[in-house]
Amino acid sequence: MVEEKSAFVAFERVQKSYDGENLVVKDLNLSMPKGEFLTMLGPSGSGKTTCLMMLAGFETATHGDILLDGVSINNIPPHKRGIGMVFQNYALFPHMTVAENLSFPLEVRKIGKSEREEKVKRALDMVQMGDFAGRRPAQLSGGQQQRIALSRALVFEPELVLMDEPLGALDKQLRETLQFEITNLAHELGITTVYVTHDQTEALTMSDRVAVFDDGRIQQLAAPDELYEKPQNSFVAQFIGENNTLDGVVQEIKGDTCIVKLDSGDIIDAVPVNVTKVGERTRVSIRPERVEFNRERLHDDAHTLKAEVLEFIYMGDIFRTRLRVAGTDEFVIKTRNAPDQARLKPGQMIEIGWMPEDCRALDA
Amino acid sequence: MTEVLAADGRPLKASLNRALRRQKLRALALIAPLLIFILVSFVMPIADMLFRSVENEIVSDTLPRTVKALEGWDSSSGEAPGEAVFNALYTDMALATEYKSHTRLGSRLNYELTGVSSLFRKSGRRVKRFDTDVYADAFRDADPAYADPGQWAAWMSDDTVRAAVPVTAATYDAWAKMIVEVDNDDPAKEEPWDFVYTALYNEAVAGASLPVAVDVSGVEPVSLRDQFVEVDKDWLDIDVWQTIKIYAPKYTNGYFLNSVDLLKGPDGAEARPESERIYVVLFIRTMIMSLSIMGMCVLLGYPIAWLLANLRDRTANLLMILVLLPFWTSLLVRTSAWKVLLQQQGVINDVLVWIGLVADDGRLQLINNQTGTIIAMTHILLPFMILPLYSVMKTIPPSYLRAAKSLGATDWTAFWRVYFPQSVPGIGAGCILVFILSIGYYITPELVGGTKGVFISNRIAYHISSSLNWGLAAALGSILLAVVLLLYWVYDKIVGIDNVKLGG
Repeated sequence: MVEEKSAFVAFERVQKSYDGENLVVKDLNLSMPKGEFLTMLGPSGSGKTTCLMMLAGFETATHGDILLDGVSINNIPPHKRGIGMVFQNYALFPHMTVAENLSFPLEVRKIGKSEREEKVKRALDMVQMGDFAGRRPAQLSGGQQQRIALSRALVFEPELVLMDEPLGALDKQLRETLQFEITNLAHELGITTVYVTHDQTEALTMSDRVAVFDDGRIQQLAAPDELYEKPQNSFVAQFIGENNTLDGVVQEIKGDTCIVKLDSGDIIDAVPVNVTKVGERTRVSIRPERVEFNRERLHDDAHTLKAEVLEFIYMGDIFRTRLRVAGTDEFVIKTRNAPDQARLKPGQMIEIGWMPEDCRALDA
Repeated sequence: MTEVLAADGRPLKASLNRALRRQKLRALALIAPLLIFILVSFVMPIADMLFRSVENEIVSDTLPRTVKALEGWDSSSGEAPGEAVFNALYTDMALATEYKSHTRLGSRLNYELTGVSSLFRKSGRRVKRFDTDVYADAFRDADPAYADPGQWAAWMSDDTVRAAVPVTAATYDAWAKMIVEVDNDDPAKEEPWDFVYTALYNEAVAGASLPVAVDVSGVEPVSLRDQFVEVDKDWLDIDVWQTIKIYAPKYTNGYFLNSVDLLKGPDGAEARPESERIYVVLFIRTMIMSLSIMGMCVLLGYPIAWLLANLRDRTANLLMILVLLPFWTSLLVRTSAWKVLLQQQGVINDVLVWIGLVADDGRLQLINNQTGTIIAMTHILLPFMILPLYSVMKTIPPSYLRAAKSLGATDWTAFWRVYFPQSVPGIGAGCILVFILSIGYYITPELVGGTKGVFISNRIAYHISSSLNWGLAAALGSILLAVVLLLYWVYDKIVGIDNVKLGG
């Protein structure tokens, strides 16, 4: 592929097995340009951390090549790869001060004392931790430790930084602040970042591109908005954000739209994503916030469904309404809390519909 | 400030204290059995040992008069003491023989000067047959009142008589006490023994007014010095008297001086002759061998502990069982097994000869020397190193090593700069355990140590069970205790005792 020539990091047909019987990573292909912030997202056991460890050099690929700047690094030991890494539990050396921790990668690279001190200072200032150089990691809060771990991974100016769920142990507010700081820093310094998380919000807000892992494969690799709005299969649709699903059979395909007959007998419009022929079983997916119950806002020829309001939950910025639609009680719609927004009441009968392009017919 | 009251109107503080007191009492009751047990079986024996190492009451208890009389004797005069001391010795010896304490004193002083034991035994046998009966006969002949036990008892409870013959009175009291305690007789029905008459004679000659005036000046005085010398010439030996005088005080540092190869002389500590020095060498050897055993345990235990901490659980458990296996066999069995393995015709030598590393006539001496002790004790104490190391290593997350490597450190640098410093608390704990255990070890050096590979504890055991010199054993034990405490203190200063972790 032409693209791969310019790729900074590339996985080529990588497989990994621990026990010789099961593949943890199955035929992984991935290429990243320089400077990209890529997130590996997936449930636990999906192979994302294994991929990261193979890239860092702590696991060897059973098959395939991992390329860094065009060179295969399969046989290069981790300490020669020059990849910065931030660990889930920070892995700050408890017997060293913050400054010694930062100085460590420079010392092993035989950098002179004065230059070392200057770099350590710069790296600490970068994460606003300049005053903490003399402290031990145990004297720092979780967020501070995370900042130190980050600056330690960056102090020797690696071109590639790996982060293994670095914010997993922090509380929500701190996590959000740090998410912002990490992305800013990564873009400012122009470093290529591979970030592993199981938190989809984190993945969506931070990344240039997100690779959704499941069952040892990348299910979809796309920019956050595309991932959210145009999931390629029902796993991605389910995993990213909230989602309504309805099962049915493809009745008719014309170009980029199709008509699906639901199991309840209702007919709806959808975009065929990975359905190819009429009569195939499909699962259609609609985001709760894309469902419309104001008839005036829908196309005249749009298919609509009858729905009964089961529950109305006031959540502050939005309303969340649970409906009974086409035989399921779990159909949810979300509406913005605007002054003119209708507040539905349980028992009320409404008619719902959506733009055909928001409803995606995926694999069953 | 107004006092805060509880709901029932009592001061809150008092209520709280009452509530807490019950908790404290309950806690105390729970640990009471252990506390008592430790007090009885640990604290008290140690206190007793410390006390015994300086206690020396036996001399002044057995020979109180002699010790007092000796105060006037100058050991540097080159002369044995005079008649007065022998007079006192006569009384003391006569009493001690009845109490049978003279042999104990003999053995006690024999530690300091060989030969004293037999001297005391011999003199004890003969002291009753001294020629002093002439005094008794003279008094009885001069006035029958002196042959009447009842009269004696009457005199001795009369203060004017006592004031007139104070030495006789004191001697009579000691005799009377002995008659009651040893013979279970009534002193008022027994005629006083010769040594009481001797005391009376001495006072009569000195011009004291007797209860019934008699003239005994015609009686030929019996020299007790000659009597004793007749029993054994050693009574003229200045060394004997010096030893008695040096060990006369109730407390002595003699045992401690002895423990460090010094001698308690008349003018303080003196160096012992070269041929008699053993303890300092033994202490140093014990230290060096304990340190070697500790070092071997670290070298052998560290990799095993690392494996244990990093292998998969199943394999690690199996390995752990192998590590703990020695605990399941008796110490004696294991040590005997080492005898089988290490002897010159043993398995290890056979193998070495068979593979040609060692010539058949040059079989290695692996047992009954220091090598044997170090090998066997390293094996026995290894688990005490591995277990604390393992439990500390278990708490070091593997991500530290990974982090170090990702930061550019080679395997060795990552280990040395990151992993090793974090395992130091485990090494510290293991070293303290192994060192303290080995410094006091007894059975293994006894069995495989021969003469060159024994520890100070073997010597202590010898003094406790064979030579029965408990004072010296206690002094050696106290020194050992002090050394351990000192090393502990040094360790605390250098490494810091907070850095010792047995787990978690």
